[in-house]
Amino acid sequence: MNMPIGKKIVLTSLLLGTVLILISIIAISAGSAGVHFWETLGFLAGKSTPDNATATIIYQIRLPRVILAAFVGGSLALGGLVFQALLRNPLAEPYILGISGGSAIGAILAMLMGLSYFPGVTIFSFTGSLLVLAFVTTLAGTTMGNTMLSRDSLLLGGVMMNAFCAAVIMFLISMTRSFQVQHILYWLMGDLATMQKEQLPILFLVLPCFLVIFILARPMNLLLLGRETAAAMGINVKNIVLLLLIITSLMVSIIVSLSGLIGFVGLVIPHIFRLLLGPDHRLLVPSCLLGGASYLILCDLLARVLPSSGELPVGIITALIGAPLFIVLLLRNRA
Amino acid sequence: MIQILDIKNISLNFRHKSILSDVTFSVITGEFFVIIGPNGAGKTSLLKVLSGLQKAQHGSITIKDKNISKYKRRNLSQIMAIVPQQIEVGFPFTVAETVVMGRSPHLGILGMEGKNDFHIAEEAMKFTEVSHLAERKLFQLSGGELQRVIIARAICQQPEIILLDEPTTALDPSHQLKIMDLMEKFRQEQGTTIIMVSHDLNLASMYGDRLLLLKEGRVVETGVPKSVLNRELLEESYGCRMMVDESPLGQAVRVTPIPDKYLHTY
Repeated sequence: MNMPIGKKIVLTSLLLGTVLILISIIAISAGSAGVHFWETLGFLAGKSTPDNATATIIYQIRLPRVILAAFVGGSLALGGLVFQALLRNPLAEPYILGISGGSAIGAILAMLMGLSYFPGVTIFSFTGSLLVLAFVTTLAGTTMGNTMLSRDSLLLGGVMMNAFCAAVIMFLISMTRSFQVQHILYWLMGDLATMQKEQLPILFLVLPCFLVIFILARPMNLLLLGRETAAAMGINVKNIVLLLLIITSLMVSIIVSLSGLIGFVGLVIPHIFRLLLGPDHRLLVPSCLLGGASYLILCDLLARVLPSSGELPVGIITALIGAPLFIVLLLRNRA
Repeated sequence: MIQILDIKNISLNFRHKSILSDVTFSVITGEFFVIIGPNGAGKTSLLKVLSGLQKAQHGSITIKDKNISKYKRRNLSQIMAIVPQQIEVGFPFTVAETVVMGRSPHLGILGMEGKNDFHIAEEAMKFTEVSHLAERKLFQLSGGELQRVIIARAICQQPEIILLDEPTTALDPSHQLKIMDLMEKFRQEQGTTIIMVSHDLNLASMYGDRLLLLKEGRVVETGVPKSVLNRELLEESYGCRMMVDESPLGQAVRVTPIPDKYLHTY
């Protein structure tokens, strides 16, 4: 594949974009009230009009849910990619700076107070995540006493905060007799079923984050070579790292506040694309975005249709498929 | 003789410990300038201060008649390239991808390289004789190959000054000469200023136009190799006995550290 990077980006994006659209249409069609693939395509293209019941199912329930899954999957994969590069740690995932712990405590408190999913739980979880993030970054900033946020202090601070929050979460769950426990558990495993059409506009807040991260893709390549080398090649390391941290954390916090803690997408999708496409972030950013979106739509589809009654939390599917897929790719790459 | 770099009274402290104190010297455009000195003398720190990666607490650094603080990082990187002591090879970038990264300070906001950038990278790889390795991953390379790749990246940056931090330390004699010859050839062809930190006093003697001897953060002596590679100065700075004589190759002095068991023959 010895073609210019621009051409590579366009081709990969076109391919993954097509996959995303196909999977979306399948996800909108499938379910207990099944609609034929071509029919759905016709409805979405405005070529034909569905009857009332079908229209409600498609526009009120399935389409918003597919859109949510796409944004969540894309953002989580992108978040994992950025943190893996910034912290230069292959185990980094989008929640690593304490986002998961903070947002979970916020969400659980809101649920125990009997607040509605939207806006109550969403706002509490977003606030919780921001508070923990502010704490971890300030900690990393002051312990270094230096101008650059040290990646080790960030990493350790985040892991410790997540561990601390996990204890608080267990405490809250064990103390409560409320019927909310089931909801809390579903939230902790990630749940896309709570999506309402009214929440969709919030998702568009993450679009500018995508753009900023794409623009910073080349500096991210240089950061992989070490901060001093990056600086020697003209990167304003402090500003770029700070901007990436803030943008990515905001993006993930918004997403988590809407979907709960969906695991594994943010860890495995960046690794899969790195194995397939190499380490260049200009290529990885759009690929993770589109690939992560397709992957979560697919997982959510399976979570909906596999059980004979009810649904599985989507977080179970993401790990059940993702882990074996990753191992296969790893083995293939070694051969 | 135009000064490209003028350093005045630089002092650097880290946690109340003095790393550099009152360092003053200047480098002339197109010069091969070698910084020598014992371990912990502050050579690497000096290189970092010169390249703006570290800020000195006192003193001034003037690059091309402009104070270093007036440069943006990007503009500084268009003038200066750095070949560090150690490099990160953990992520599987290929040689070609690594070399073309040297174009970074010259690229636009989206950072897409054009035909011209790839052409410059190819020329740089040809110059350091790593073209045949273009599609290899960095971690598959030997020490000498890796060093030539990093030098190609620095050349690709099209700088006016190249700073090298002990580029030959881990290499065998033939690869050491290869690296030094490459730098010398590049300097003659392009007029680029070379500033190198080295532990190898004989390479410094044979290649350097001028040397700077650093000890405990202070400049002991600056000047042509013959004046800096003086037996008393070296013995005092390095803390071991030295023999300094005319190299049999001529035109250069030769430095031989003397082990204890040979002292009686000296």
